[in-house]
Amino acid sequence: MTSVAQEQQMAGWFRLVGTHLRKDLRIEWRSREAINAMLFFALLVVVLFSMAFDPTAAASREIAGGVLCVATLFASVSALNQAWTREIRHDVLDALRMTPADGSAMFVAKVLANFLFVSVVQGLLAPVFFIFYNLRPLGDGWLLLAVVPLGTWALVANGTFFAALSIRSRNRELLLPLILFPIFLPALLAMVLAVKTILTGDGSDPHLLWLKMLAGYDVIFMTVSLLLFDTVLHAE
Amino acid sequence: MKKLLLGAGFLGVAALMAWGFDQAMFVAPTEATMGDVQRIFYYHVPNAMLSFLFFAISFVASVLYLMWRRSAPERAQTADAWALAGAEVGVVFCSVVLVTGPLWARPVWGIWWTWDARLTTTLILWLIYVSYLLLRRFAEGAQTQALAAVLSIFGALDVPIVYMANRWWRTQHPAPVFGGGPDSGIKDPVMLAAFGWNLLAWAVWGLMLLGVRVMVERRKQRIELAASQAALAER
Repeated sequence: MTSVAQEQQMAGWFRLVGTHLRKDLRIEWRSREAINAMLFFALLVVVLFSMAFDPTAAASREIAGGVLCVATLFASVSALNQAWTREIRHDVLDALRMTPADGSAMFVAKVLANFLFVSVVQGLLAPVFFIFYNLRPLGDGWLLLAVVPLGTWALVANGTFFAALSIRSRNRELLLPLILFPIFLPALLAMVLAVKTILTGDGSDPHLLWLKMLAGYDVIFMTVSLLLFDTVLHAE
Repeated sequence: MKKLLLGAGFLGVAALMAWGFDQAMFVAPTEATMGDVQRIFYYHVPNAMLSFLFFAISFVASVLYLMWRRSAPERAQTADAWALAGAEVGVVFCSVVLVTGPLWARPVWGIWWTWDARLTTTLILWLIYVSYLLLRRFAEGAQTQALAAVLSIFGALDVPIVYMANRWWRTQHPAPVFGGGPDSGIKDPVMLAAFGWNLLAWAVWGLMLLGVRVMVERRKQRIELAASQAALAER
């Protein structure tokens, strides 16, 4: 009897996630605010770094992972703020808080939506990136398909959580990077080193230690975010 | 009476610190390979150990605050004062670690700083708790405490990574002095005594600072509560 009730509850939760996700995707599809802004911003960062360092082919393999990661980081911070600012307008967030629905569904939907947006930006940017930096992976290139989404998930999950945390403070635009960047640093380190190993093919990480650390980071911080999101949502 | 006790306490701590300084600088023998610069170890390691302790206090108090927030508001306020005080004193001790480390590294390694796992993670830990203190400045009203408690839990998740980093990855930082395997531990009893005295002195000093900071924060909370109640009564 209880298991049936639990199953229904789970199904309801997933429906809730789907509803929130559809809403977020529809808003983005109609306005295309987040993706356009992120895409142009990330492109600018890639161009700026390329001009500032003027790297050779060998050097660009070393730094490309870092540039990609930092470009995504800077670009997504503005979009993450937007994701919640949108809900503050017309007091949508207060209305959502008054519904009896679980806050974690809203959080998961926002993370999924932002993950999609950032991934689209990365997918569009990747060819440009490889051309500008004359890249040709010397290691297992297909591993990038695991490293980049894992790193993006770490960024987006933490970013969505801390954007919700800083949304009601003074200077929220300033506060988000200040609290997100220190927490994100271990994931940045793991992602940059993993990408560097793949691009240079130096075999310095045969057991994929950095990839495992990134996956572990994702699991730990996503769990804690899910557990604590209701506290942040109803902090008053 | 309270002031008298506090004054006596501070005098005692000052005497203990002076005794520890004497032990570390004059009594303990000079280390064979590093020379006198090794004496900074008597400050670097106790401060590192204690900064972990204070961050742990901040973490536990934050969890307790979130647990008691609805059921026992008065106790939750005390927990919040401990969380704030622990983070503040922890940042001070962690700063001492980050200053004394390069001072030692320059003559011994030949460089001030290296991006090795343990140094990097200690720096990240410091950055996280500075951002915690910034959040407490920026957020407003009653929500500050809950939001800060959540951030403190995230920060504490980083502490095990810092501690294990030295063992998981090969690093330039010296292997742990205590509990790092069969060969670890200080062999010279005079050195061990100097280390113990300094650890005690800094622990007493830090805990006292923590206690005073908690008292100040509690008083501030009471004044703010009285002010808001007075404002409500006027209406």
